[in-house]
Amino acid sequence: MNKHATPDLKAASIKGGVHVSQQHDSAHKHVAGNAVYIDDMPEPAGTLHGGLGLSTVAHGVIRSMDLSAVRTAPGVVAVLTAADVPGENDISPSAMHDDPVLADGTVQFHGQPIFCVIAQTRDQARRAARLGKIEYQEQPAVLDIWDLDPDTDRQVFPALTLKRGDAAAALARAPRRVTARMRLGGQDHFYLEGQVSLAVPGEDSEVTVYCSTQGPTETQHMVAHALGIPSSAVTVEIRRMGGGFGGKETQANQCAAIAAIAAKKLGRAIKIRLDRDEDMTATGKRHDFVIDYDVGFDDEGRILAVDYVFALRAGFSADLSGPVGDRALFHCDNAYFFPDVQARSALFHTNTVSNTAFRGFGGPQGMVGAERVIEEVAFAVGKDPLEIRKLNFYDAMGENGARNVTPYHQKVEDCIIQRIVAELEEGCSYARRRREIAAFNNNSRFVKRGIALTPVKFGISFTKTEANQAGALVHVYADGSVHMNHGGTEMGQGLHLKVAQVVAEEFQIDLDRVRITATTTDKVPNTAPTAASSGADLNGMAAQDAARQIKNRLIDFAAERYQVPRDQIVFLPNRVRVGNQEIAFNELVRQAFVARIQLSAAGFYKTPKIHWDRSKGRGHAFYYFAYGAACSEVSVDTLTGEYVVERTDILHDVGRSLNPAIDLGQIEGGFVQGMGWLTTEELVWDDKGRLRTHAPSTYKIPLASDRPKIFNVALTDWSQAYEPTIHRSKAVGEPPLPLAISVLHALSDAVASVAEHKACPRLDAPATPERVLMAIERMKAQADGPTSGG
Amino acid sequence: MAKVKVRSELRFLLNGDDVVVADVGPDETLLDYLRLRRALRGTKEGCAEGDCGACTVLVGKLAAGKLVYESVNACIRFMGSLDGCHVVTIEHLRGADGALHPVQQAMVDFHGSQCGFCTPGFVMSLYALWMRAPEPSVAAIEKALQGNLCRCTGYEAIVRAARSISRYGQAAKDPLAAERKRVTERLAALRDDARVEVGSGGRRLIVPASADDFASVLEKEPAATVVAGSTDVGLWVTKQMRDISPAVFIGGIEDLRAISEEKGVVTIGAGVTYSEAFAKLSKRIPALGRLIDRIGGDQVRNMGTIGGNIANGSPIGDTPPPLIALGATLTLRKGRKRRTIPLEDFFIAYGKQDRRPGEFVEAVLVPVPAKGEHFSVHKVSKRREEDITATLGAFYLVLARNGTVKSIRIAYGGMAATPKRASAVEAALLGKPWTEANVEAALPAYDLDFSPLTDMRATAAYRALVAKNLLMRFYQETTGTKAPLTVGRQEAA
Repeated sequence: MNKHATPDLKAASIKGGVHVSQQHDSAHKHVAGNAVYIDDMPEPAGTLHGGLGLSTVAHGVIRSMDLSAVRTAPGVVAVLTAADVPGENDISPSAMHDDPVLADGTVQFHGQPIFCVIAQTRDQARRAARLGKIEYQEQPAVLDIWDLDPDTDRQVFPALTLKRGDAAAALARAPRRVTARMRLGGQDHFYLEGQVSLAVPGEDSEVTVYCSTQGPTETQHMVAHALGIPSSAVTVEIRRMGGGFGGKETQANQCAAIAAIAAKKLGRAIKIRLDRDEDMTATGKRHDFVIDYDVGFDDEGRILAVDYVFALRAGFSADLSGPVGDRALFHCDNAYFFPDVQARSALFHTNTVSNTAFRGFGGPQGMVGAERVIEEVAFAVGKDPLEIRKLNFYDAMGENGARNVTPYHQKVEDCIIQRIVAELEEGCSYARRRREIAAFNNNSRFVKRGIALTPVKFGISFTKTEANQAGALVHVYADGSVHMNHGGTEMGQGLHLKVAQVVAEEFQIDLDRVRITATTTDKVPNTAPTAASSGADLNGMAAQDAARQIKNRLIDFAAERYQVPRDQIVFLPNRVRVGNQEIAFNELVRQAFVARIQLSAAGFYKTPKIHWDRSKGRGHAFYYFAYGAACSEVSVDTLTGEYVVERTDILHDVGRSLNPAIDLGQIEGGFVQGMGWLTTEELVWDDKGRLRTHAPSTYKIPLASDRPKIFNVALTDWSQAYEPTIHRSKAVGEPPLPLAISVLHALSDAVASVAEHKACPRLDAPATPERVLMAIERMKAQADGPTSGG
Repeated sequence: MAKVKVRSELRFLLNGDDVVVADVGPDETLLDYLRLRRALRGTKEGCAEGDCGACTVLVGKLAAGKLVYESVNACIRFMGSLDGCHVVTIEHLRGADGALHPVQQAMVDFHGSQCGFCTPGFVMSLYALWMRAPEPSVAAIEKALQGNLCRCTGYEAIVRAARSISRYGQAAKDPLAAERKRVTERLAALRDDARVEVGSGGRRLIVPASADDFASVLEKEPAATVVAGSTDVGLWVTKQMRDISPAVFIGGIEDLRAISEEKGVVTIGAGVTYSEAFAKLSKRIPALGRLIDRIGGDQVRNMGTIGGNIANGSPIGDTPPPLIALGATLTLRKGRKRRTIPLEDFFIAYGKQDRRPGEFVEAVLVPVPAKGEHFSVHKVSKRREEDITATLGAFYLVLARNGTVKSIRIAYGGMAATPKRASAVEAALLGKPWTEANVEAALPAYDLDFSPLTDMRATAAYRALVAKNLLMRFYQETTGTKAPLTVGRQEAA
């Protein structure tokens, strides 16, 4: 029967309220192996399995398609092609109508899904999928962006320009100036659980799709769209994902749509789970960029003007490349004030997989551009890059200077980067270690060390204003237990736990009285994807709103029933003080139920204050900023380019943390993921447009032995959100990832040491051992060669 | 040859159950069996190629009568390799009174899981470590986790958990430890010295009863796929969906799993895994021990064999270059006939080895460098651990009393279509004083020896440069310098 512990009615505080470290709600299930992911669910009787037939050319017209061998392969029940899509054959999230569910007539990248085999088993489906005979009329394919021209080459979405002041004029009159370009690689999400959907047909036009998606509402709409039925006929549910990182924001929709189409066509449950290689080949990734920069500065190293072009590899379709490019521009300043600035995006069409959201969403790429500019200036004026960083920060909060306006004309009101950097610099003994490293390098012929301290300022809010809304549904049952549901999805980040903590706090009941339930579109509709770090900010507020509605009804009820003023009704831990008496929460709820009080509420929240006019490049794009800084030290083998991260110290701002343990996990994990992006994770396409790094054997994410040998991570214990966010906490999903830029710059510092720090190494990313060694060779050649006039 | 008994079903233990299966294909993986046939879905598929560790389970086997549990990747472990083994999955892990096991509780308390998908695999790897090392060092933890990828946590919390497991319980009181005697008896009882033959027509698997039996099976079935550790053949099935029938599973053949030393020569049976070889080699030829630490993760090292690494003829296999540099020889066997050839001669061309139909690699014989002889091997890869080689150089050097090069063998992987000697470089150094200037002078000879390729692991230019630089690193090592020559996780052992 009811085996949960009896609530403590004398407790001074509840168990599991906000600002308290709590274990992940599913931790005990994770470790026991009984946390259920989509592929672990018991399949409905008669479930069939899908396998995708993928394009084998990068760009071509399908001349003929012979699927007879596929149809007659063992176990095959059906084969679906574009002709079987009953609604619109499109799942474009940006209304560009350029993302077919299944390729129709032409293929636009190597690995594009063309048909789907439905078979009795997954193995049979996969085997049959390879038997398709497709003839292509191959077309010229664009496979890289390095040589593309923003003014003439095809883009997938209108580009953005941010502009403040007159960059061209300021550059022309700047005493010093550097112009160069850099290449910055992309990144595969490598969520451990690949894309997976299980579609179960219902009555009439109904279908339920269990889908590993960050955006159930978006998946619902796409499935409805592809089936040509109203959204009300489609339910999308997700209890948890095995990792998302942005890779399941739009990329989950294709499998969901195909599975749903097959389910409705055959009247059977259909599961599609991609093999790792298929997942990496056929789904989008973090955009790689080419960044052109032109920076003007004075002899002190103060930046006067910057002109940027951020060109990205969009892939064959728009997907989210427009907003990703926007966010790169929004972060091209990182924490620095640029007096005159222009930044343009170029969203290049290529015949490669369509790139998508990935933790940071272009922001980290923008910040890499900012930090490269800082480094150029530092080498040009011969100063420690940290000095240049500090010299160029935005004005601190409360300082009413003129250096506080971003390239998009938003005033930075909450800047705390000075204090964070100062505390970190002191705490990690930066100055002493820099001296020690110089001494070490003087005495070490083959191994060189390097150090860098880099800041992060990350803007929080979706720049698509309508996405900044959330809903929640809270039921209090007659026994006082609480069912909590909201629009956010759980991908490991502890969102459900944080929102449950908010609800527990609101009702002042122990956390274990609040049940976490699967995200589903039939409980909370029209939600934003869980993305942009916004999950707790938005859904926490919505859940708080729902809980408050119920709480207010309970207060009204108690006031009337016990004839005490409302202000004498106080929610204490697991009980309510009503005038002079204390009533157990459960008992008050029971009484309210008997008195026919509604104990269920739908909550809602929309972020205030924000607005953004893309056509003008102006607005209050972000509700607030999250800050942080990291200092990393590396050792580099100058014979091979191999390296280790000796130590990283991080000080990061999450406002008043809802759950410090969860937030530390996000920071550690985000940092290491960012480090992978900038070091060993390399996406390689060959000259036929085939991705050669499509599995962990060839695509190398960090291991336990790659994390910093010494890894100190702390939260700023003094900061709180400048705006009235949920319990004054700040978002934590994405901002820690670019802390890893400190590793790239520490490597660069070590490389620079082989030529006495006389020239900027211009170390591109990912800084694989190969790129590091080649940079070292370049530095040595420059040092040995004739001195250049530049 | 004595007639062997033939059995037509596999027998093994799965958690607490006795399992007998007769309807199993040669290419059925343990992971599919667990998830699809047994509904044990705590074991996850993350990559289906033995790299991510989400499918980690333990396999207990009797080695010389002793029960040893090892972490393995269920995704590339074939059912045919499990005869007589004890398979332990996450579902079997429980603490006292059904509470969480110490490994699990530590992971919970130290926030070692986020999305949780990789977690069962981490728990199993840490469990295997904890059983053999209840108070592991950070270095030991990192080594034990080389075969487990986590994309969420950044690993710090997992390592913290791993260091604290013994606070939650004693390894000696672990359920598996308590069951050890009973399981040993049950496994011993499964042994019947029979050959296992399951299936018919185009779907057959054979588990020979002994090396002699294997020899006769292979003579009769020269086209059979020989599977030792399946760390390569596993991918033929999961990624290429190749037909491997009939498959002959030799990983359990006791008389191929011997490793012994006589008169300064170590003989490694074809079925010896990397892990088993490590114990011996790390003591006798430490540079080889350090190399083995960088091949795959524990799961791969517990399955993969040095024999297989040689027999499959890959140009980027990690053990052939150092074994060639050491002057190793290979024993090949067909039926009762054996022949011994220099290992170097085994590799004829890309995908072509000197192995005749019905013949198999029985053992590799490795001379141990004598005192005063120099031997080193350096592997360079994009990621330090659990990565496939970009360039690997192995160096064996004997100096004359006058400091000139008396004997030198240099072999590389990743530089040509086969593991290959740097003959021109050797010639440039032989007989000359072993000095930095002479090493520098020999470097251009590399361009005569090798024209490496560009691929996703490295460019030709990088490979060519690193190959040269590795000789310089080797030279510096031989000078006995105390200055750091490379970077690494574990400080020089």
